[in-house]
Amino acid sequence: MKQSLDYWSMLSVFILATFIGLGVIRRVSRLLHTPLMSLTNAISAIAVVGSIIVTGADYPGPIRFLGAVALFASMTNIVSGFLITDRMLKMFKTDRKKDEGGKS
Amino acid sequence: MIQGIVQFSYIVATALFVFSLHWMNAPQTARRGVFAGVAAMLVAVGATWAQPEVVHHGWIVVAIAAGFLVGVPLSRVPLTAVPQRTALSHAFGGLAAGLVGTAKYYLWLGEGQENLTPFRMIAIIIEIILGYLTFTGSLMAAGKLQEVKWIPQRPVTYPLQNVTNIALLGIAVVIGTALVIQPAAPWSPMLFPAIIALALLFGVLLIIPIGGADMPTVIAILNSYAGLSAVAMGFVLDNKLLITAGALDGSSGLILAVIMCKAMNRSFANVLFGAFGQVQPAKAIGEEKLYKAETIEGAAQILEQASLVVIIPGYGMAVAQAQHKVRELYDQLRKRGVTVKFAIHPVAGRMPGHMNVLLAEADIPYTELVTMEEINPDMPQCDVALVVGANDVVNPAARHDKSSPIYGMPIIDADKARTVFAIKRSKRPGFAGIDNELYFADKTWMLFGDAKHVIGELVKQLTPGSGMH
Repeated sequence: MKQSLDYWSMLSVFILATFIGLGVIRRVSRLLHTPLMSLTNAISAIAVVGSIIVTGADYPGPIRFLGAVALFASMTNIVSGFLITDRMLKMFKTDRKKDEGGKS
Repeated sequence: MIQGIVQFSYIVATALFVFSLHWMNAPQTARRGVFAGVAAMLVAVGATWAQPEVVHHGWIVVAIAAGFLVGVPLSRVPLTAVPQRTALSHAFGGLAAGLVGTAKYYLWLGEGQENLTPFRMIAIIIEIILGYLTFTGSLMAAGKLQEVKWIPQRPVTYPLQNVTNIALLGIAVVIGTALVIQPAAPWSPMLFPAIIALALLFGVLLIIPIGGADMPTVIAILNSYAGLSAVAMGFVLDNKLLITAGALDGSSGLILAVIMCKAMNRSFANVLFGAFGQVQPAKAIGEEKLYKAETIEGAAQILEQASLVVIIPGYGMAVAQAQHKVRELYDQLRKRGVTVKFAIHPVAGRMPGHMNVLLAEADIPYTELVTMEEINPDMPQCDVALVVGANDVVNPAARHDKSSPIYGMPIIDADKARTVFAIKRSKRPGFAGIDNELYFADKTWMLFGDAKHVIGELVKQLTPGSGMH
């Protein structure tokens, strides 16, 4: 019984998170749709959390190996996703001259 | 105690992820969003790693190091290659979900079959189907975008294609249902790989019929799948952080896909199951139309005398890497007091927002990048519309030609400008294989050649002290 209650609470978390996601994403600037995609890529690589447990727990070797490959894949997404998002966002400027002046 | 800290960290991470996306609503705050995302990820990884059930650390360190080794170079690709990189990272996301689902199933099968409840089994089946189909589907999409030789660029179609695809998916669902009912029967461990194989195959077959013009939508849909597979992983692992972060990604992909579909006046089903450009070849033959070509000198003179120039970039600009030359042209025209705006169609390029990133890379202020809805009312006042490698998004046939495959698609009204210059590599029709009426209009003049070269020449003409007299 406790188990099934937990399923319902997970489902409601999912539904609520989807609505929050829809609300937040809808307001994202159109200019930034490409960086948005690489950012959400990195965020959904939160799968890293599951991979770490499968890789690091006291499970049989082959299972941990699958976990390690998953961990590698998620980590790649996290690193490249955040780095490239930041790289792209740095390029969005209102005025080149003002920006250069601000830096010096 | 440690569980309390872990759960609390997950809540902090969830909140930071929401803020991260919230800050993407304006370019001024967007970079803060990245920092919030990184912070959330560090908190989540740290808390998970600190859990007592994690007892082996060697492989974790190796996998994380390998992730850095591959991830850093992947983040340095040229911006024209961003669509491929994005597709590739969807593939990685799908793979991770698929592998964790597989690992968990065999783990529970071996020790603790009571864990394979129907609910968990449903979640595992959804996780592996979505995960593995996203994996191969995204790899195919990345291959098409990278123009890998052995992956056909043009849509590949064959008789009963959709029937085959749906039948495959149907078989996977039937096997999945059997596994939900009997997760630990003697035949179950054998059927499980069958689902994996079907999902992998389905991913390939789903992308084969899709052409370049549909890539923005398809990438967005794959983005959504990658998020949903993370959600399914969250259900399998009882982890609410995975569910929320996955749902954020899933809804982001969904919204982008809806925007792309609206911008093409097509439905999801139509993008996924109705290979584009199939009706066309019969029509392409027929009356022969004439292009009017203009010289660089003539075009430069007209540009110079304009007061409002609207530049409409498309995928051709990315291919020719012409964005920096476009910036030089923008500078020269601005020096002469010409107002220059960039009109960005939502599906211009190969992924959502592709053109904005390329123009921002070339140092063009984002305040000059205007959406289709904003620019269209001004188009009749526009002296020159300069089309740089865009095609279908400026084709007036979308407005009136019911037989055209792009009929009903909202377009940038380039044809309402007083003069239109279109830069085009060759006289062949565009990616979708559709003739563009705009090129044959009375006020349209073609500038044939590579976009980078043509714009470079225009800049030379406009640069004081050379060419012009």
